Amino acid sequence: MESKDYLKDISEIKDLMNKSSRFISLSGISGILAGIYALIGAAIAYWLVTEYSSGILILNGKIFRLVMLDLFLIALFSVVTGIILTTRKAKKNGANIWDTSSRRLVINFLIPLVAGGIYILVILNQQKYGQTGALMLLFYGLALVNASKYSIGDIRYLGFIQIILGLICAWLPGYGFWLWVFGFGFMHIIYGTWMHFKYDVKK
Amino acid sequence: MSIITNINKAFDHRIRLGIMSILMVNEYADFKMLKELLGATDGNLASHTKALEKAEYIKVEKQFIGRKPNTRYSTTKLGEIEFKKHINALEKLINKQ
Repeated sequence: MESKDYLKDISEIKDLMNKSSRFISLSGISGILAGIYALIGAAIAYWLVTEYSSGILILNGKIFRLVMLDLFLIALFSVVTGIILTTRKAKKNGANIWDTSSRRLVINFLIPLVAGGIYILVILNQQKYGQTGALMLLFYGLALVNASKYSIGDIRYLGFIQIILGLICAWLPGYGFWLWVFGFGFMHIIYGTWMHFKYDVKK
Repeated sequence: MSIITNINKAFDHRIRLGIMSILMVNEYADFKMLKELLGATDGNLASHTKALEKAEYIKVEKQFIGRKPNTRYSTTKLGEIEFKKHINALEKLINKQ
């Protein structure tokens, strides 16, 4: 065999290692849309709180429930958009949407996220809501870092940023809302745009 | 010719290289996953996995998922060591030129 063939072998090996262990069809646009949903949701929450409860959020009140519904809808829309756009992108690339690599990605993403989500619900039930924003950022960041082993590396950095924002937020709970807006809103938009131009546009 | 000595005949085929490289980074892979990633036919893949199994470079586990038979492959310790040697030898060979 010629050395050119060996070189081809090596690059094929690298490609197979990546393709088989990492799910790379995540859509950048879905990141941008998730950021926009978060901003809209945050604006609605801000409006609800300032308009109807003079800046004080009372647990178990109607406004509080509306804010929770608002949060739930942001998450729901983001997830649904993510699934639809990622499926479309995977199809275009001829990749399988539900194979070992994507399954592993989802499972590893969900472990910290579900644990965090349940924890947040528990402490909300105990009337401690001061750290909610910080905890959401932290657990989301941890989920991203954990999932990054099974996807492209950029997710890892988004995770680190969310973790740092979460820690700042824990330190300065008064700015929780704005840090949340920055983390879930602007960071998603920046990250999504970055991903879109780095991976989607070229092809 | 010390460089040539580490080139392993058992890996000297792109399907076999492919099988090994997939198994190196995954805990295990089943027949369908290998087939899709390598774009090989059933018979082709079966004969190459058999060859690697015979050399004790990969482990084969047969099981049932529901009623469907499912074959899982994973590397053995020996397979990992030999594959690394092989890749290093390839790399040296390329760098020589």
